[in-house]
Amino acid sequence: MSGDRGAARGDAPQSYYGRPIIKPPVWTWEIGAYLFTGGLGGASATLSLAARAAGDHRLARTSLLVGAAADAASLPLLAHDLGRPGRFLNMLRMFKPRSPMSMGSWILAVSGTSSGVAAALEVAGRLPRLKLAAEVAAGLAGPALSTYTGVLLADTAVPAWHEARRELPAVFGMSAAASAGAAATLLLPPADAGPARRLAVAGVIGEGIAMETMERRIGFVGEPYRTGTPGRLARWAKALAGVGALLLGLRGRRSRTASVAGAAMVLAGEVCLRFCVFRAGFDSATDPAYTVRPQRERADARAAAAAGAQEAGPSPEPGRIAPGDGDGAR
Amino acid sequence: MTTERADALAAPHGGNCADGWRTYGDDAQERVGFFTDTSICIGCKACEVACKEWNDVPDDGFAFTGQSYDNTGALGANTWRHVAFIEQDRPVRVPDATPPAPHPPGGDTGAADGFRWLMSSDVCKHCTHAACLDVCPTGSLFRTEYGTVVVQEDICNGCGYCVPACPFGVLDRRERPNASVVKPDGRVHKCTLCYDRLKVGEEPACARACPTDSIQFGELDELRRRADRRLEKLRAEGWADAHLYGRDPHDGVGGFGAFFLLLDRPEVYGLPPDPVVATRHLGEMWRWAAAAAGAVVALVAAVFAGGRR
Amino acid sequence: MGSNMAENHPVGFQWVMEARERGARIFHVDPRFTRTSAMATDHIRIRPGSDIAYLGGLINFILEHGREFREYVTAYTNAPVLIGEDFRDTEDLDGLFSGYDAESGTYDPSSWQYAGMEMHGAAGQRESGVSAAHAAGGGGGRLESGEPPEEDPTLEHPRCVFQLLRKHYRRYTPQFVAETCGCSADQFLDHANALCDASGRERTGAFVYSVGWTQHTVGVQYIRAAAIVQLLLGNMGRPGGGILALRGHASIQGSTDIPTLYNLLPGYLPMPHAERYGDLDGYVAANEQPTGWWGNMRAYMVSLLRAYYGQRATADNDWGFGWLPRIDKDDSAYRTTMAMIDGTVKGFIVAGENPAVGNANGRAHRKALASLDWLVVRDLFEIETAAFWYDSPEVAAGEIRPEDIGTEVFLMPAADHTEKDGSFTNTQRLLQWHHAAVQPKGDCRSELWFYYHLGRLVKERLEDSPLQRDEGFRALTWDYPTHGAHEEPSAEAVLAEINGWDLTTGEPLGGFPQLKDDGTTACGCWIYCGVHAEGVNQAARRKPRWEQEHYTALEWGWAWPANRRILYNRASADRDGRPWSDRKRYVWWDADEGRWTGYDVPDFEVSKPPDYRPSEDARAQDAIAGDHPFVMQGDGRGWLFVPQGVVDGPMPTHYEPAESPGPNPLYRQRANPARQDIEHRTNPENPVPDVPGEGPYPHIATTYRLTEHHTAGGMSRTVAVLSELQPEMFCEVSPALAELEGLEHGGWAVVSTSRAEIETRVMVTHRMAPTEIGGRTVHVIGLPYHWGSRGLVTGGSANDLTGIAMDPNVHIQESKALTCAIRPGRLAGGGGRGAA
Ligand SMILES: Nc1nc2c(c(=O)[nH]1)N[C@H]1C(S)=C(S)[C@@H](COP(=O)(O)OP(=O)(O)OC[C@H]3O[C@@H](n4cnc5c(=O)[nH]c(N)nc54)[C@H](O)[C@@H]3O)O[C@H]1N2
Ligand SMILES: Nc1nc2c(c(=O)[nH]1)N[C@H]1C(S)=C(S)[C@@H](COP(=O)(O)OP(=O)(O)OC[C@H]3O[C@@H](n4cnc5c(=O)[nH]c(N)nc54)[C@H](O)[C@@H]3O)O[C@H]1N2
Ligand code: SF4
Ligand code: SF4
Ligand code: SF4
Ligand code: SF4
Ligand code: SF4
Ligand SMILES: [Mo]
Repeated sequence: MSGDRGAARGDAPQSYYGRPIIKPPVWTWEIGAYLFTGGLGGASATLSLAARAAGDHRLARTSLLVGAAADAASLPLLAHDLGRPGRFLNMLRMFKPRSPMSMGSWILAVSGTSSGVAAALEVAGRLPRLKLAAEVAAGLAGPALSTYTGVLLADTAVPAWHEARRELPAVFGMSAAASAGAAATLLLPPADAGPARRLAVAGVIGEGIAMETMERRIGFVGEPYRTGTPGRLARWAKALAGVGALLLGLRGRRSRTASVAGAAMVLAGEVCLRFCVFRAGFDSATDPAYTVRPQRERADARAAAAAGAQEAGPSPEPGRIAPGDGDGAR
Repeated sequence: MTTERADALAAPHGGNCADGWRTYGDDAQERVGFFTDTSICIGCKACEVACKEWNDVPDDGFAFTGQSYDNTGALGANTWRHVAFIEQDRPVRVPDATPPAPHPPGGDTGAADGFRWLMSSDVCKHCTHAACLDVCPTGSLFRTEYGTVVVQEDICNGCGYCVPACPFGVLDRRERPNASVVKPDGRVHKCTLCYDRLKVGEEPACARACPTDSIQFGELDELRRRADRRLEKLRAEGWADAHLYGRDPHDGVGGFGAFFLLLDRPEVYGLPPDPVVATRHLGEMWRWAAAAAGAVVALVAAVFAGGRR
Repeated sequence: MGSNMAENHPVGFQWVMEARERGARIFHVDPRFTRTSAMATDHIRIRPGSDIAYLGGLINFILEHGREFREYVTAYTNAPVLIGEDFRDTEDLDGLFSGYDAESGTYDPSSWQYAGMEMHGAAGQRESGVSAAHAAGGGGGRLESGEPPEEDPTLEHPRCVFQLLRKHYRRYTPQFVAETCGCSADQFLDHANALCDASGRERTGAFVYSVGWTQHTVGVQYIRAAAIVQLLLGNMGRPGGGILALRGHASIQGSTDIPTLYNLLPGYLPMPHAERYGDLDGYVAANEQPTGWWGNMRAYMVSLLRAYYGQRATADNDWGFGWLPRIDKDDSAYRTTMAMIDGTVKGFIVAGENPAVGNANGRAHRKALASLDWLVVRDLFEIETAAFWYDSPEVAAGEIRPEDIGTEVFLMPAADHTEKDGSFTNTQRLLQWHHAAVQPKGDCRSELWFYYHLGRLVKERLEDSPLQRDEGFRALTWDYPTHGAHEEPSAEAVLAEINGWDLTTGEPLGGFPQLKDDGTTACGCWIYCGVHAEGVNQAARRKPRWEQEHYTALEWGWAWPANRRILYNRASADRDGRPWSDRKRYVWWDADEGRWTGYDVPDFEVSKPPDYRPSEDARAQDAIAGDHPFVMQGDGRGWLFVPQGVVDGPMPTHYEPAESPGPNPLYRQRANPARQDIEHRTNPENPVPDVPGEGPYPHIATTYRLTEHHTAGGMSRTVAVLSELQPEMFCEVSPALAELEGLEHGGWAVVSTSRAEIETRVMVTHRMAPTEIGGRTVHVIGLPYHWGSRGLVTGGSANDLTGIAMDPNVHIQESKALTCAIRPGRLAGGGGRGAA
């Protein structure tokens, strides 16, 4: 009950009995997990392709297999979260650029099939040309697969996601790179893991920068990233990935143990980071303040502007849209 | 009273709306929608019940919320019309702002301060730029020839993307097994603006049931004109904070197909004060993603500079 | 006042909203701030049970400030009439009128009569508590001519009704209203002025009431008080005026017109009494009203007997009058309940009612059911009344064990209104026909089917019974055509019989003026005569308003009597038959045509000119002058003062409810002296404190409805989409009371009276507020009464708390004003349960 006792009273409530204005996502843990596996898969395919190009076939093979495995894991995760798993294939019913999830489905389809094929041929050691083609396809799809999930989340009414739309793809991309690097480092002897190791470290740094910029920019709406469960996850992510990266950077070259430990910590850190962003969305959707306050400020500002600039004609206002734009005009 | 409006659908084909709206194809009809005038809503919930009866929507559970007379709480998969109740220590009319008669309701209650009980029937807005429809990967959500937004239950795979996409929290996924859905359903559900009734020239069930015409169904252009006249009248009578919500074709979602006359700020009714369709920034988002992808590629390339060790 | 129209008559309320939009002021006078208050322009909060003080205040305001519609009052009401010398007012006798008999608790109205008026043995009627006049809610004293013997057109004579009113209400000042009702004097004055401003030649004001007014031990007097206000303001018989009684179940009006009441025959003819008046002549002599339309009572009665007994009813056998069942005492519902407990009533048929939840003192009712030999329940569901023996608070609490109950219960599934033909008679006396949309499922059968075939079987059994008492039954005509697999009787055939025929020609009758007392006409209900005119089902007419000439839409359905939409509408024209004003023209005298005309069917003989004067020996309607619109009354006038017909006084007086929060501010006589209390061990009354707001039951409780449910819940607690809207029994309390008693919003509370305790959820809301009575703060608790132990959602039943104290005229229980106590928490076991 807002107000003192009894049903709601009129003292400027933020919302209706404190209820959420928008609906929190219905997604369960699988999607959080997919954010990680998808990123890992995508970046690994790219890493593998790059390694191939650089003639580093050992790394190429490892990352190829990692990528294929991650992609393979992604499908059941996605399917399982559906309300009607039986209708999973409806995802490919149309090719719809306005729907990041539609795009994502296609990207994952391409990446998944190609890296799958490539991996199979790699193991079987047959049809080298086809394999190469598949590797190229997967490698090129990789960056898309590892970043589109940022758009996937941002293209919703969830304040913590939508307001973070600029940085989210970068955060996820860097996190993906770090994961791919770490995964390969984990599986390879330090001597062969140089590029992977450097990628892991660079990824961690990159994602740190991206996160920081994002939180600074969106301010109040970013609160969920710092508080509650997501906040805790964020701290774990920083700690694990940070220490892991440090370990890799300082001792990863020489000590296999350090390399394995560091890589494992980075991977764990990336998992935490994904779930941090995932959970933050729920929290920011559930508390009406994150939806109402920014919009209220926007509306008031506009009202003030309109009042101020009467004769000056309507001033360009936030939160407005030109008629004819969007699906309505098609 | 409703009968005069029932034939609103006998409209010429291929109509256009002031806001540049164009319905598609030869089947195109005048865009229709609702004007919900909360200043005459008596909170009888006939709309809520009529909707459930006509569309065979299951109950939402039997929980006493204590939130005034509202026990269904919010729009969702099992509540497509929702009547909000807000009790306020505030008169409906600003004390002696403009002529005494006619007297707006809720007036003096014997308490020193005025008191009012706002009631408002919420529904899917059938946005001009509908986020739910934009993001739906399967094409289950579609734009009908009447300009309304409808879920095709035989296509929806329950991916749930439309749920957080809607800036009004209208859609939700139905899970709970209950009276009329024996096994879990898993799809999302929302107001169809009674697509089936429109097809046979009937007005939607909720509007038909509304005794006071708080819910007015008709062609959007006509409804907007009517709403403007109504607002003028109320303003003249000195109603506090009366304003139209979602009538403006230039707002963040390009105007609502189902818009409202509210007596307090939208958030008081659980509505967003300045909703913006998320996909409005989609282009921008893709560009940032491309940049991020580029960064990933660059980074991957860069790490081979140092050779294998 | 006393109606929550937006919540309980929402469809009708759309027109109130229209009026508001056109600038009308809507006052809602109610103890609670309801959805109606929210829509009204003004809400005035008064204490439950204080309306006569409020209305008396209006009367006093009108008289003191000369706001009455003089011309109307002198011409059309009995204001000028002189009352007999020996009448004494409550002001003289400290709360009693003359004629009160303390030990029977009843009044002898002979001292209330018009001066110089000859009295006929009205005694019989009084003792049986019934007279045609009374039953019809009007009529009364025996005038031998249409003109009262002594009148004073100047309204100055101290014994004229007008002056008696003045004296009676002089003390009902705005301050008195404020102190007694708990509203502010300013609010009251604002209302009073607005009402008077909205009355007169150019404008009319209306009252709307429902059971917020009737469910009191002085319920009938509440409505009488409103009638006085409206007559003084000239708001009766005119468009936009009147007193609108919003009735309950879809055809509850019909069930009083063609009654389910023990003491009435169709058309408000009194049920004959066992000893009183012997033969038909005696009956008519005792009950008819020689002048006015009741002067034809014999014709109505003989036609009814001809409908009942057909050819068997002849002049020789007194038209079978002797065959009619007789009453010998008060057998009203609550008395019968007590008789069940005391074992004198052994069998009971309940059809379309759920007394275990719907009637006051639910525990007593369930006890009564448990004391029966057999019980028949005809309903759509297995309601509490049918399941009482294994599913009730008492069983849940272990007070009774099913195996100890001997009642044999027969539950018979009923067909609902969508499954059968028939008519609804609504608040406006409008009959609307409905056709069966679907066939009843399984064993479900219509009421018509049940009673027709039951009667048929009984007649077969009694075919050759030698017993004299069975003659009547055997003489009954019982020959309705049936159709379909179930042999469903034809509802329209019943309607045709109700309308009646001219037995000489066999033609359907066109209206009740055609009824004869010589046995040449048959009519099942005189006031419905004309509903099947020309053999056409007039009630089935559905011509939309906008396709008709006038807004009165006379071709939609059919309103009794004679399809009149506004009663006494001759009053919409002045003495000479000219409309009071052009704005308010409705029915008027067309001199050229020499007839009454207008938008409605004139409630007057069409050719009786305004200047008609009756001869001394004129009878019935002929005795009513051309300028006296109230044609059912013996003197054709609207009665400000009721000499007879209302058993608890000629003028409404403020009495406290039987269970009041304190003493009566006006008189030592606290509550209605003629009220009917049921002294029975199962029906204790809460003690009344000397100081308001003290004692074991310090708070006032009032019970009511919610839009989301229907009455005893049989039709709403069984429907998921309704149950979810109000899933649990709750009480509405003010923050102040919550503070005082430590109640938590959303928590639980136990409400108790000397009858029972129930548990409810708590709704703390600013829509409730305490009231000031004589400077003391008294709290009001609101209790919806829809819950019981069965259905999708269950909960404590408010009627377990209410007691049985009744209005003496119509035996309705006082469920709108009682006292109670409240405490936070829940009941140990049983009691009400929460949502299931
Ligand atoms: N949705 C719905 N509609 C219904 C019904 C239903 O159960 N549900 N029931 C139908 C039936 S059977 C009937 S009889 C009608 C009844 O219709 P109403 O009479 O409107 O029903 P109530 O809610 O019992 O009482 C009306 C109001 O009387 C107020 N009241 C209580 N005591 C007093 C008093 O002393 N003075 C004054 N002035 N007001 C008082 C109560 O606060 C309440 O708001 O409704 C019919 N319509
Ligand atoms: N405390 C308190 N008590 C009250 C009141 C109050 O305001 N306060 N109001 C009083 C009033 S006004 C009323 S009218 C009563 C109502 O009280 P009840 O009449 O006892 O309660 P209902 O639930 O209306 O009972 C009607 C039953 O008829 C059944 N039914 C419906 N259609 C048919 C049909 O065609 N045939 C048959 N055989 N059955 C059918 C329904 O299923 C339902 O169970 O309650 C009274 N009691
Ligand atoms: S309100 Fe929400 S669900 Fe309705 S059309 Fe707009 S975005 Fe879609
Ligand atoms: S849940 Fe159904 S309707 Fe919503 S986006 Fe997914 S497929 Fe479309
Ligand atoms: S339009 Fe139809 S579906 Fe939408 S709320 Fe009204 S009744 Fe329900
Ligand atoms: S039906 Fe009309 S009046 Fe009743 S709650 Fe719905 S909108 Fe309001
Ligand atoms: S239930 Fe029937 S009678 Fe009562 S208000 Fe609704 S429509 Fe009218
Ligand atoms: Mo009733």
